[in-house]
Amino acid sequence: MELQILLSIAAILFCVGIYGVISRRNAIGVLLSLELMANAVNLNLVIFARYGDGAVGQAFTLFAIALTVAEVVVGLALVVLLYRTRHDVLTELASDLKR
Amino acid sequence: MLFAGLIGTSAALLLCAVMVATTRNLVHCVFWLAGVLLLTAALFVMLGAPFLAGIQVVLYTGGVITLMLFGVMLTQRKPDTEVPMDSQRKGPAAVTALAMLCVLLAAIWETPELAGMTVSTQQIGATEVGQIFLSTQLLTFEVLSVLLLSAMIGAIVLVRKTDP
Repeated sequence: MELQILLSIAAILFCVGIYGVISRRNAIGVLLSLELMANAVNLNLVIFARYGDGAVGQAFTLFAIALTVAEVVVGLALVVLLYRTRHDVLTELASDLKR
Repeated sequence: MLFAGLIGTSAALLLCAVMVATTRNLVHCVFWLAGVLLLTAALFVMLGAPFLAGIQVVLYTGGVITLMLFGVMLTQRKPDTEVPMDSQRKGPAAVTALAMLCVLLAAIWETPELAGMTVSTQQIGATEVGQIFLSTQLLTFEVLSVLLLSAMIGAIVLVRKTDP
């Protein structure tokens, strides 16, 4: 029972992230919502680590955190590049990145 | 007692998350995200992962939030102005999110195996996680370090000013 409630909370967090990613026009806002989704996944991993073989689950959470940080670095680089070429960061401007 | 704390923290977490997805001011949005990440760290402590909570605070709240604030400042002419939200996309976004939520909740509540799982009493700290890094998951650990290096090089190459 407790496990299902915790997993439901993580699922709701993930879906709030989906809503943000689709409804936002600003590329930074999309990245922030992506963080919400990644955070929900980390939360899921920790919840399962508590109910299963704990140490491996926590190690994989650490891997997932590192992956998210790499994603943020590349994403922000793309946003800065978009600002340089289009002078704004609305997502519809990114339909082609080449000039 | 612990469960009540978990539920209270989760409620605050979801409130912050909704603010992240809907606030128009991007700087406020970044700080709501900081709230989400800190509350997640609190949840990690309650779920028996104190080491991960520390990593979460240092890496996310310290690193990612600073990086995001720099991103906002580098790409907005006036960082405090409100950004446009696409009202046309709100409907499809809500439908997609709700459909996904229904699928996930059905999967969670209809899987019989989940009901039988119990809390493990194993205490996990940095020692246990570190031993896994350097024994069974060594290959993953090394691949991840290569991935971080390539992400760093990729970011530098992308934003490098090309010579005229």
